[in-house]
Amino acid sequence: MAIAEQDIKRINRPEMNRLESSYLPEIVRGFGTTVRHLFTSFGQSKIPVIGASKTTRAMQYPEERREDMGVLEGGLEPSNFRGVHRLNRDAAGRVKCVACMMCPTICPANCIHIIAEESPWEDREKYPAKFEIDELRCIFCGMCEEACPVDAIELTPDYDFIGHTRQQMIFDKSKLLSIYDVTIDKKPM
Amino acid sequence: MPRTLLDIFPNPLIAVGIGITAVMTVLSVNTLFCIWFERKVSAWIQLRMGPMEVGFHGTMQTVADMVKLLGKQLVTPKGIDKPLYHLAPIVVFAPVVAAASLMPFSESVAITNTNIGLVLVFMFGGFASIGIFMGGWGSNNKYALLGAMRSVAQNISYEIPLILSSLSVVLLVGAMGREFAVDGGVIQANGMNLAHITGVQAQRGVWFLLLQPLAFIIFFIAVLAETNRAPFDIPEAESELIAGFHTEYSGMRFGLFFFAEFSNMFIGAMVATILFLGGWDGPVLPGPAWFFLKTYFLVFCMMWIRWTYPRLRFDQLMTFAWGILVPLSILNLLITAFLVKVF
Repeated sequence: MAIAEQDIKRINRPEMNRLESSYLPEIVRGFGTTVRHLFTSFGQSKIPVIGASKTTRAMQYPEERREDMGVLEGGLEPSNFRGVHRLNRDAAGRVKCVACMMCPTICPANCIHIIAEESPWEDREKYPAKFEIDELRCIFCGMCEEACPVDAIELTPDYDFIGHTRQQMIFDKSKLLSIYDVTIDKKPM
Repeated sequence: MPRTLLDIFPNPLIAVGIGITAVMTVLSVNTLFCIWFERKVSAWIQLRMGPMEVGFHGTMQTVADMVKLLGKQLVTPKGIDKPLYHLAPIVVFAPVVAAASLMPFSESVAITNTNIGLVLVFMFGGFASIGIFMGGWGSNNKYALLGAMRSVAQNISYEIPLILSSLSVVLLVGAMGREFAVDGGVIQANGMNLAHITGVQAQRGVWFLLLQPLAFIIFFIAVLAETNRAPFDIPEAESELIAGFHTEYSGMRFGLFFFAEFSNMFIGAMVATILFLGGWDGPVLPGPAWFFLKTYFLVFCMMWIRWTYPRLRFDQLMTFAWGILVPLSILNLLITAFLVKVF
């Protein structure tokens, strides 16, 4: 269907005058923009330069990390950062998950794979015999965390995890439980 | 007038040996510095920090890069034109050394001093496009050939405004240097002699930048195009030609092309300094210090321009040369000639 005339908004661009259509003023202004950036960049050095803004500072990543900065300075807030997943343990050290299948159902990237079996424990019916998350497929949206009825799956503040193969990036139950052991101090349950 | 190495060392072998050593040292250090500086300037302009790891603020980064280039395997592609392919880096690099040895960087000492210095500089500058075309033709690669063809077309077009704009300076030197004091005597200054060009500016106390601002702008733009610098770097336009004429070169063969590019920049800035900024002329500081300060300011301007403007399209480039720069420089030359004749 053609667009109706009343829906079309016509914008009259101002005509360029003779000086502007030679593009010379804008060419000169371009120099101004880049030299302003150049002088702002000196504010990035450890030695303070008068008049240089601190807001444009580029971080030297491996040495400086957002974990070490205050939240108001652009630091990382551990309680709601969405990094690598963990499977929480209960007080007895068992996996908290009850294999209710809420998280694989809601997962938009289909990266959670659970095989449920009858629970060996008295207090619940099912438990995950296998629990795998493909971290390469995951988009770190945090929906699994939202969906979980028992707070078993959580995202942690850790974001720099690596693997040498695709297979290594599929995290199984023991790996996810070990992430719990490592990150429980940074982010309490 | 500066004394040359031949005046100081009468044995030509010693003079040539010292001259080549000095020029190669200056060019190598300049290349190492310029690559680091270019990366720093680009980083600052883009609000980054640039190399920071190797040495103080990354100053040793290019040394590490050069060592890496020296250690790399030299890949020779199949189906190349062997003599052209192997000669090209040398043909590109050798004229740069020759041109650099012509520069009068100080009022007391120079490596060489000839009465046709300006002509020689432009001649050696013209050599580079032959070398680039040899490399592009010899590599048996369509992108290299395209880059080389563009480079030749561009260099030939921009040589015209380059030489025309410097000719107006030559006319001015001839007119203003009728009573040019040299070594206790008075002679007619030679407009093609680089030391005389600088000397006239120093003795008259006026830089040709003030008398010939249009010629300076045309000259500087043409130098940018001659050295294949952005925004005129279409011979090696990465987005369309991979790396242009040096696509098939690896290791130190590529290093030589790179070396020549940065040295050409340096020489272009030096010639612009001599022609328009008064060379060694300046208060307080010694002559060579002024000379290199001005040169590196112009080198910085080249980098500044590179990181400000996008690359020109090929037809825009040609229109700019033939439609704007050539008529303007001819007009400038005619007006200069007229004024020189009148006064």
